Amino acid sequence: MNIDDFKSNDQVAWCPGCGDFGILTAVKKALAGLNREPKDILFVSGIGQAAKLPHYVKSNCFNGLHGRALPVAVGAKIANPALTVIVTSGDGDCYGEGGNHLMHNIRRNADITVIVHNNQIYGLTKGQASPTTDEGQQTPVQVDGVVLEPLRPLELALALGAGFVARGFAGEMEHLSRIIIEAVNHKGFSLIDVLQPCTTFNKVNTFEWYRQRVYKLNDDNTYDFTDKFSAYQKAAEWPKRIPIGVIYKIEKKTYEEKTGISAKPALIESNIQDIDISRVLKDFA
Amino acid sequence: MLNELSVKISGEAGQGTKTVGMALCNIFRRCGYHVFASQDYMSRVRGGNNFFQIRIADRPVSAPREYSEITVALDSQSVGLHNRYVSKNGIMVLDRKKFGTKEENESYFDVPMYELAEKSGNVIFLNSVACGVVAGIIGVDFSHVENELKKIFSEKQETVIIKNIEAARSGYDFAAANFSREKLKLAPLSGQGQTPFLLKGNDAIAIGAIRAGCKFYSAYPMTPSTSIMSTIAAYSREFGIVVEQAEDEIAAINMALGASFAGARSMTGTSGGGFALMVEGVSLAGMTETPVVIVEAQRPAPATGFPTRTEQADLDFVIHAGHGEFARVVYAPGSIEEAFYLTIKAFNIAERFQVPVMILTDQFLADSYRNVAGFDLDREKVARYIISREESRTITAYKRYQLNESGVSPRAIPSWIEEVIYVDSDEHTEEGHITEDAGLRMKMVEKRLYKKMAGLLAEAVKPVSHAAESAEIVLVGFGSTYGVIKEAVEALPDKIGLVHFPQVWPFPAEDAKRLLKNAKKVINVENNASGQLGKLLMRETGIPVSGSILKFDGRPFDLDYLLRSLGEIR
Ligand SMILES: Cc1ncc(C[n+]2csc(CCOP(=O)(O)OP(=O)(O)O)c2C)c(N)n1
Ligand code: SF4
Ligand SMILES: [Mg+2]
Repeated sequence: MNIDDFKSNDQVAWCPGCGDFGILTAVKKALAGLNREPKDILFVSGIGQAAKLPHYVKSNCFNGLHGRALPVAVGAKIANPALTVIVTSGDGDCYGEGGNHLMHNIRRNADITVIVHNNQIYGLTKGQASPTTDEGQQTPVQVDGVVLEPLRPLELALALGAGFVARGFAGEMEHLSRIIIEAVNHKGFSLIDVLQPCTTFNKVNTFEWYRQRVYKLNDDNTYDFTDKFSAYQKAAEWPKRIPIGVIYKIEKKTYEEKTGISAKPALIESNIQDIDISRVLKDFA
Repeated sequence: MLNELSVKISGEAGQGTKTVGMALCNIFRRCGYHVFASQDYMSRVRGGNNFFQIRIADRPVSAPREYSEITVALDSQSVGLHNRYVSKNGIMVLDRKKFGTKEENESYFDVPMYELAEKSGNVIFLNSVACGVVAGIIGVDFSHVENELKKIFSEKQETVIIKNIEAARSGYDFAAANFSREKLKLAPLSGQGQTPFLLKGNDAIAIGAIRAGCKFYSAYPMTPSTSIMSTIAAYSREFGIVVEQAEDEIAAINMALGASFAGARSMTGTSGGGFALMVEGVSLAGMTETPVVIVEAQRPAPATGFPTRTEQADLDFVIHAGHGEFARVVYAPGSIEEAFYLTIKAFNIAERFQVPVMILTDQFLADSYRNVAGFDLDREKVARYIISREESRTITAYKRYQLNESGVSPRAIPSWIEEVIYVDSDEHTEEGHITEDAGLRMKMVEKRLYKKMAGLLAEAVKPVSHAAESAEIVLVGFGSTYGVIKEAVEALPDKIGLVHFPQVWPFPAEDAKRLLKNAKKVINVENNASGQLGKLLMRETGIPVSGSILKFDGRPFDLDYLLRSLGEIR
């Protein structure tokens, strides 16, 4: 497969220069590398700029409600585990509106990949603070600056026991596409938080701002991504220097394995004609 | 000789009133009587007062009575609480010594239940003693009691079974020896056979879902819907169903939509509060045209209300729930049988029209048991309305939201079809991509609303009626009131008719108009305070109700209450 196999006919609606373009390129590159057919891939998203990405890729797409991509994704995965399920979400969508689903789906550990376009702002609704906007940053709503302390998604995911935690940068497409491939191939819930400049509404966290700070975590192959203690340290490294790459990765039993559904035929393959309920009724006799 | 009598078992939560009640239901059912049992329980696990009330009759019955011929008090406060509901010749079974009861009352029948239980080895045998006492008073053959206890304890050790039978025997013998009022003897049966099954409303919904091919059930526990989830879970291994407890109701409906989109028949269930959280998801189902079946088992609200009691106050809410305009279906089963058939229908219709289908029930129907003869599986056949795997291979240029006459675009299953499928909660093109085009918007609204509503109306479940076109007074109701209305109408022959609506949305207005055209008085009977069905009838048909019988104390109608209310209104 190559990138063109994943070309969609839909018109892109992002602002020119937006970090989302870099992520889109990285996603398509990763898909080409994964060698799975568009029909076997499902993108699920909520609402936001990031959530539009599935339309720009040729693959199945369920673009649902703000904050609710994760439950849809898990429902689809349970019904048909053969699908490669990828969620594209925003920092508001995934860490704000859908926070409860993030928390519990890390615990559930279904084999899905979640890519969060973290522009540290609400882009689609024009620039209000998101859970990851830095303290003190002014917005049209937070006129005296953000008061709440920022949420640290990677630390949160580690604390909840996620088996795959990574950070990418929209300006490092090749690097990001490798992370995505690794995340999709990882068995279980994978979270990739992607630093994504919003050129229109976030004048603080620009391409320049991120470029001065990011560094690749494991360029020299000395970082032990199975060590939770170092993972916490790396996840917390912010904002002087910001590591990108796979921060933590361990093998864990997935939801599908624990429930046994991966060993059985998919729910969608069940024959539902003339199901015999006489055995059930016997219990009520 | 009586042709029916009511038995009430009352005690604290945790004392096993339900265990005794269920055993009695089975004992009398196996003797060939018809039974109807409702449960009144508090939102607590220990203490308080719960009761289980069984009506035993020589003909089918479907509603509780206000007074009981036999009340068994398992604790002292039950005596005071239920004394006034003892029928004229009825009795209150109590344990004077244990409860320290001093006062006299001609209804009191003192049975040393606790002592008898202890004599059999332990107070835990109290329930079996109580069972024996009731059987002894009524005078059914003890073998029925013995068989039932053997069945209940079949997985326990032999000694446990023997001790329980001993305990029941001691209660039975005591009652037989000391109770001599002929009045409480049930009339012998006039030849009916046994009815094979004892089910409550939620059981019927769960079994209907299994039959309909539900493969995914996601929900967050909420009384009175929870037993649907646990019943389906109990059979999940056998039938290859995944039951997933979601983190909240928002997740529950969105998971069900995800599974449904992928190709599995999916369902969720909750009560009013949880349904409030699902509402955005209902709208998503409407917009994305994803089938889903949602049970809304009502309980008294607003907010947390009476968690374990009953009401029908979510009719307006459910038929309107969800922002925007789109087609949906709301069924309101009125009996165990309707609950079963309508659940199967809900899956068929949801898939055929690609809409959310709600089953509106309530605590009374959910938790009430009745003996049923079984189900006719040909009455509601399970049918699929998706593009099959084989057909999928031949399809090219697929558009998920292709515009057509019916408003229902053929639905392909991702990965079965070679092409990809786009589904969106934003307004979308036929291909499923986001659009803001005005003309297309109108076409899509017409598809989701007008065209589907027309199709759904043609498939609407007809109202159930009795003497509606000939009677001067016609009672109208929906959902769980059907049983009590039916009995009231039977008790007042020739004067009164009924129209029961098992489907409340789309509202079968033409049928309603036809059935009510001769009625001088239309009276709505509803378990709510605002008469929501009456108003819906007015909106949809222009027919006003001329009187309302509304009950909103959190308790179901009983036959006597309804007959009394009818007397006042006529
Ligand atoms: C229930 C609901 N609440 C609010 C909105 C409005 N809304 C749409 S996107 C969004 C925030 C988007 O922020 P983010 O997830 O960070 O995505 P971005 O646009 O920055 O990529 C909000 C508040 C909505 N669509 N639905
Ligand atoms: S508003 Fe920001 S995030 Fe949205 S498309 Fe424009 S630049 Fe990108
Ligand atoms: Mg954002």
